[in-house]
Amino acid sequence: MNPFLTLRVALRAILRNKMRAFLTTLGIIIGVAAVIAMMAIGAGAKAQVEQAFAAMGTNLLIILPGSTSAGGVQGGFGSMPTLTWDDLAAIRAEVPTVKAAAPTMRSNMPIVSEEQNWTTGVTGTLPEYFDIRSWPIAQGAAFTQADVDSGTKVVVLGQTVAEKLYGASANPVGLTVRIGTTPFQIVGIAAKKGQSSTGQDYDDAAFIPATTYAQKVQGGLSKYLTGQIMVAATSADTTARAQSDIAALLRDRHHIAPGMDDDFSLRNLSEIAGAQAQGTETMTTLLASVAAVSLLVGGIGIMNIMLVSVTERTREIGVRMAVGAKPHYILAQFLIEALVLSLAGGLLGVAVGLGTATWLASRFKWPMLIQTDVIAISVGFSAFVGIVFGLYPARKASQLDPIDALRYE
Amino acid sequence: MTAPLIELTDLTKLYVTGDVELRALDAVSLRVDEGEFVAIMGSSGSGKSTMMNVIGCLDRPTSGTYLLSGRQVSVMGKSELAEVRNQLIGFVFQQFNLLSRTSAVENVELPLVYAGVSARERRARATTALERVGLGARLEHRPNQLSGGQQQRVAIARALVNDPKMILADEPTGALDSKTSIEVMALFQELWRAGITVVVVTHEADIAEYASRVVVMRDGKILTDERHEPKRAV
Repeated sequence: MNPFLTLRVALRAILRNKMRAFLTTLGIIIGVAAVIAMMAIGAGAKAQVEQAFAAMGTNLLIILPGSTSAGGVQGGFGSMPTLTWDDLAAIRAEVPTVKAAAPTMRSNMPIVSEEQNWTTGVTGTLPEYFDIRSWPIAQGAAFTQADVDSGTKVVVLGQTVAEKLYGASANPVGLTVRIGTTPFQIVGIAAKKGQSSTGQDYDDAAFIPATTYAQKVQGGLSKYLTGQIMVAATSADTTARAQSDIAALLRDRHHIAPGMDDDFSLRNLSEIAGAQAQGTETMTTLLASVAAVSLLVGGIGIMNIMLVSVTERTREIGVRMAVGAKPHYILAQFLIEALVLSLAGGLLGVAVGLGTATWLASRFKWPMLIQTDVIAISVGFSAFVGIVFGLYPARKASQLDPIDALRYE
Repeated sequence: MTAPLIELTDLTKLYVTGDVELRALDAVSLRVDEGEFVAIMGSSGSGKSTMMNVIGCLDRPTSGTYLLSGRQVSVMGKSELAEVRNQLIGFVFQQFNLLSRTSAVENVELPLVYAGVSARERRARATTALERVGLGARLEHRPNQLSGGQQQRVAIARALVNDPKMILADEPTGALDSKTSIEVMALFQELWRAGITVVVVTHEADIAEYASRVVVMRDGKILTDERHEPKRAV
């Protein structure tokens, strides 16, 4: 028998009781709408967290030097320089999963323009730093390796510093500022990066070549690197590999015997990002399972109404059987009717859910992310619910005795 | 025209409810040839309804054999029986049993739907069948827009549409007034003269007079079986 014809019969039966059909599918509509809305908002929140960490770099590793230990008082990581410039060179040269590595040595210094002054964290680093942080330069350009090699007095300002010194719309590239007492030429302004997840302003910073920093700020280049090393792994997937390789390399270089503590610390940002994302995910899963339960309740509603429908149409079933409908035709007819009901509910639910998510997102300025796979799964699941809960009534209909069915009052 | 259409041999149908055993059909044997117009008569409880259900392939006998058009139907399963009903038998019921809120022509198309006939051919054949019963102008009417007699004509058109070997009518005039009853019986006679075997189950003697053969049943057995010149319905 023609499936389109079966579909038409099912549609006609449903449209005969529009209000009833609507109320029946309401459970599915609400269930699917809840799933879609929750997942859209939840995924949006998760994506926002991920994006915030991606802005810092998910493939980012930070190597901190070891701690001092004076009379039992441990100074904490970074209190004693244990990382050397040779370590940095070795990491860059010997670890294949490392894309780039750059030192960051930082101290607070006043920066003085002709009219204003502003004290900010001045970082001595390498040109790769901007790649590692995926931080583009908005105006001018970053300093170059040549600047590092010759210790040129050039500076890249963060947006906030540029604004404090020259106002919002100025282009100070080429102008000269003094950092401490030394004049520096501004070669670039870094693009706006915004705030960290803890509220720290990334743009309140200035960057100068590492060699210049050592000479002018530290007062001479030493063997030890008085800061951290930032490392970018070749990809987010290789971060863990890079982390263990670097640890092994540094332990070897620092002659640390097995079983002894590291004299450095390696931090992986993607771990922190993962923990935050997991929190959102747990919440989303919780809400989605509540929504799934309401879908199940919707399925029971469909079963109920299908049973009513079978009883109401017992005579019709009898007539169809008498004129030659085989049991499996009757089964298919009622199954398709249940499927149409649940699928219509599912599709309406998607529309309502997307509408709700959009409204919530714009009303409360929440991020929102529409995932097509979630939509497909919701619609698929509602169809599944229709088939599962439609099967019993449909079987009941198909197993009716035509004689009894024809006599049914 | 004397090939056997229905051959019942020692047909028995038992209904067991708890300890009570009801022998609705008790070793009935009956042969109906193609082209006959048979009326099966009897009071309620005589077994005529059971007989009609078995002949119509709606029910299976407890024992005995039933050959319909040479096919052994007493051993068939539900699906096969549905196919036999679809191809060989046209049903007419006392309560018409039309699908409500469905047009006359679509009601008549129903057996063709299950026979897998294309939409265009279904419409053409259903229209022809309705014209044959004199309802060519009422194709799109719904059952509730038609009189009882007209509804029964739609039902007869539905029974005819598949070119069945026989039309099986269960109290076809039971819900009609006497004038309309005669009109319906006239229609059956017309179809019979055109070569279709007609089996009518009724408890009314004056309805049975329109048939060419009257089989009277009592207590699950055939009491009398007589052929006579049918009364002409006008």
